[in-house]
Amino acid sequence: MSFDVDIALKRGDTPIAARFSAPAGITALFGPSGAGKTSVLQAAAGLLKPERGRIVAGDVVLFDSAAGIDLPPERRACGYVFQDIRLFPHRRVRDNLLYGWRLAPEDRRWMTLEEATDFLGVDHLLHRMPRTLSGGEAQRVAIGRALLSGPRYLLMDEPLSSLDAPRRGEIMTVIERIRDELGLPILYVTHDREEVRRLADQVVEIGTR
Amino acid sequence: MGQLSAEEWGIVVLSLKVGIVAVLAAMPLAFGLAYLLARGRFPGKVLLDAVVHLPLVVPPVVTGWLLLLAFGPNGPAGRFFETVFGITFMFRWTGAALAAAVMALPLMVRAIRLSIEAVDQRLEQTARTLGAGPWRTFATITLPLALPGILAGAVLGFARSIGEFGATITFVSNIPGETQTLPLAIYSALQMPGGDSFVLRLAVVSVLLSLMALVASEALARRAGYGKGGHVL
Repeated sequence: MSFDVDIALKRGDTPIAARFSAPAGITALFGPSGAGKTSVLQAAAGLLKPERGRIVAGDVVLFDSAAGIDLPPERRACGYVFQDIRLFPHRRVRDNLLYGWRLAPEDRRWMTLEEATDFLGVDHLLHRMPRTLSGGEAQRVAIGRALLSGPRYLLMDEPLSSLDAPRRGEIMTVIERIRDELGLPILYVTHDREEVRRLADQVVEIGTR
Repeated sequence: MGQLSAEEWGIVVLSLKVGIVAVLAAMPLAFGLAYLLARGRFPGKVLLDAVVHLPLVVPPVVTGWLLLLAFGPNGPAGRFFETVFGITFMFRWTGAALAAAVMALPLMVRAIRLSIEAVDQRLEQTARTLGAGPWRTFATITLPLALPGILAGAVLGFARSIGEFGATITFVSNIPGETQTLPLAIYSALQMPGGDSFVLRLAVVSVLLSLMALVASEALARRAGYGKGGHVL
């Protein structure tokens, strides 16, 4: 499956255009801060409406301004990993992990809670509240929550930027495994050349037109 | 100080009943208004905000008189409630509860509005990306995170209801056993010679009830801060 984007949007007064096709693996959206990389992810998730264009995941049209199609975020099946993590503070780790899993139709789930906790090494955290987790632990849980929701594509917005150096290496290894083992198109926003070099299968430059 | 007499207990129980019913009746409206003021963008928002706060600043006797015009036997709202729900307000405890609800509304809206404004909307977006529609997002994210503030608003409104005097006495008069809540009973006793110990006991009960409500409300409002908590937020 591939994930195709051809959109134009406005962020404040700055026009942003993005056109690329992301196959399985990591497509890095690379560019300076403020170039609109996050806006492109938000548009892919349905959190921000492009002015015009088309977004297609495999055979599902998520957005098409000409045809008047604009699926709401809850019907897009994206797995969004945010820069600022965003665990639900009033729910235990287990309930955070299962939030999207419970809402996903059975035939779209491709991972169980056990598989996710093994994969991410968070099984000992299940009964903790999010505020008691370290940054690295919280980001693992957030990644698990996104994977468990049965996404057809992943959106990762600088998932390493809120972590210290040792945690970055740890999470990077997790992201490499997701890239190599799960076969999903992944849009990965970063402004770090090192991350691009190590993780990306292809690079799309944003904001250098 | 001694035990409360049966008559005094009756007054306390009536006050509690009026306060609880007032808060329960006002809650849906208070929540709706608070949500609208916290999240809505519409023309006339400033005006709505002002109208909601009117009972805080208008003389209570004026509020009572307006209630009399609207909810009296010939008032439009009064007729509506009598024909549709079979509820009358004149000289009844229900009227005391209505007056208390109107006076409590601004305080409840304020507390609930603050708690809704404190809910991080990025968490709601996150729930949407995980497959939750707008209503489920509201029920599983917004409402639980705002809940401490909603309870704080309820307790504050209850305290205000228990203390209501001016609008109540204007609207439904001062009828022992029906509309005579704590402040009205204290007022009556002050008019009569020899009522000192009666006044003292009811005054102590009033102060204790208010104090408990305020402490509870403050404790809940502090907990509401966790809407902003979470990790690295």
